[in-house]
Amino acid sequence: MTDPTAVTERATLLSVDDLVVEHRTPGRPLVRAVAGASLSVAEGEVVGLVGESGCGKSTLARAVCGLNPVTSGSITFGGHPVTPLGLRRRNPALSGIQMVFQDPYSSLNPRRRVGAQIADGLRTGRDTTSSPADLLERVGLPRDFAGRHPHEFSGGQRQRIAIARALAARPSLLIGDEPISALDASAQAQVARLMRDLAVSSGAGLLFISHDLSVVRLIADRIAVMYLGKIVEVGRTEEVWNDPRHPYTRALLGAIPAPDGAGVLPAELPGDVPDPAAPPPGCRFHPRCPVAMDVCREREPDFGPVACWLHEPA
Amino acid sequence: MTLTISGLKVAVGDREILRGVDLDLQPGRVHGLAGESGSGKTMTGLAVLGLLPHGAKATGRITLGERDLLGMSAKELNKIRGGEVAMVFQDPATSMHPMLTIGRQLTEHMRHHLGLGRKEARARAIELLGQVRIPGAASAIDRYPHQFSGGMRQRIAIAIALACSPKVLIADEPTTALDVTVQAGVLRLLRGLCDDLGLAVLLVTHDLGVMSAVADEVSVMKEGLVVETGPRGRVLRDPEHPYTRALLDSLPGEKA
Ligand SMILES: Nc1ncnc2c1ncn2[C@@H]1O[C@H](COP(=O)(O)OP(=O)(O)OP(=O)(O)O)[C@@H](O)[C@H]1O
Ligand SMILES: Nc1ncnc2c1ncn2[C@@H]1O[C@H](COP(=O)(O)OP(=O)(O)OP(=O)(O)O)[C@@H](O)[C@H]1O
Ligand SMILES: [Mg+2]
Ligand SMILES: [Mg+2]
Repeated sequence: MTDPTAVTERATLLSVDDLVVEHRTPGRPLVRAVAGASLSVAEGEVVGLVGESGCGKSTLARAVCGLNPVTSGSITFGGHPVTPLGLRRRNPALSGIQMVFQDPYSSLNPRRRVGAQIADGLRTGRDTTSSPADLLERVGLPRDFAGRHPHEFSGGQRQRIAIARALAARPSLLIGDEPISALDASAQAQVARLMRDLAVSSGAGLLFISHDLSVVRLIADRIAVMYLGKIVEVGRTEEVWNDPRHPYTRALLGAIPAPDGAGVLPAELPGDVPDPAAPPPGCRFHPRCPVAMDVCREREPDFGPVACWLHEPA
Repeated sequence: MTLTISGLKVAVGDREILRGVDLDLQPGRVHGLAGESGSGKTMTGLAVLGLLPHGAKATGRITLGERDLLGMSAKELNKIRGGEVAMVFQDPATSMHPMLTIGRQLTEHMRHHLGLGRKEARARAIELLGQVRIPGAASAIDRYPHQFSGGMRQRIAIAIALACSPKVLIADEPTTALDVTVQAGVLRLLRGLCDDLGLAVLLVTHDLGVMSAVADEVSVMKEGLVVETGPRGRVLRDPEHPYTRALLDSLPGEKA
């Protein structure tokens, strides 16, 4: 299945087709974390990937970086297939991809000064004019932080250091996995815009994974919504925001707590969070869906841009 | 139980990190703490548990009921930590041992602090995992931390903190990795523990929507000081400090 909402006027940079990624642990049921997901990112495009905690976003991102073996389906980056190599070697076709990992604590080397780690990025990007201090400044940190070690920083400061290092490498595809989740609202807006500007000005693509829908709305051209290993809705940001069609997307947008001081707890999805080791039959969302029909219990809606029997393409 | 922080100062070498923080936690109430990144929210929480980084010096007063935590011996503090006062760390890895199953980590605390037997502890652990919305809790309990997603680890850290029914919970950005529907579940759980069991919560969050949903009082920190404190509705609707106003104005969702 190809992505029907992909922007056609720009060249496709990343294409993920019917991807399946499984986690195997000896003696336990196989966890199919990505269960047939399709997604594309064009040059200069920002795609926001959102979805329930545990639905497979990080697994998908790691597979794109060649860090998780793929069971079936394909990933193409810049026209080349992405194939995972051994742990120590990296596929040279992937050198244009940089990922900001979800956990800023374990992704920085604790023993090296942050300036040296950003300098590694500058070398990867063959940038001889910028200094690590310049990059720190761009992400809103003081220039003299370059001489310190990661443990001397707060959570949000570490996230910005990881972003500075990734930006330094001048990637053609930047993947941010919850890259600004620890920043306060004003720093979030600043760093999110910085990441978007990089994509737009240099023609790089940005795959931005975030649970923060208001930030995604601010910077993404398109939004992809993932549920239990599948992309269930994809579309232009304003369309998805103003007219969400998949019942899961509707529930998600409806649960954003408003900062109005009213003390109202947002609604939870009914039913249990599903286990990817034992997905429900038919539509994966049907046990929690307020509008489920008979067909939803029996057949999986295997189409896009909205994978829901109420929105079957004509 | 009431926890009061007054005039708390923390310095690392010649760097002043906290410059006189005052905060008050009451049973059955959620006190939300927002603020600039790097303003000292995490350091404030760590100071309460006596877990400041090596070389940090704390002065001021932190009282739990009648007891002064800052003056306490390491042994006494150890007893309180994880028992009466628990913390959800901003970095979930701090709460967990990577080589032990999450079940071991949950039950060991309970057996140690609550004196539960193996079976009872395991049953309670499964119940807690379900409460933080971990799917298939009865089998998930035997898995290792790296086998869970980022947001699942964050919720397991919350379950570990709640394992021994603490009276005071310090939760440092406990929902940053959660989508809004799972987050709603966790917030309901915390609110319920306050309302039903009188838990006192310090909820560190930069998300003003989360703040608005569960906090009773709101404080805002900047550069090592609390610059504003007040009831949730007042602070979020009619902020007094320019920094609070700037935070509310910069919310991306509020702009077209
Ligand atoms: N081990 C350390 N040694 C020296 N300074 C430190 C150390 N850890 C943190 N700091 C500094 O102390 C200040 C307060 O850090 P803290 O972690 O409390 O911030 P925070 O308010 O929790 O920020 P965030 O929202 O980004 O997590 C920061 O400026 C940070 O750089
Ligand atoms: N190494 C692993 N071994 C076994 N299962 C794993 C492993 N890593 C992840 N999983 C499982 O795969 C599923 C997807 O995890 P993933 O980290 O991709 O989710 P996510 O969408 O990034 O969630 P979050 O928003 O919470 O970070 C989860 O059910 C998780 O428990
Ligand atoms: Mg993840
Ligand atoms: Mg912090």
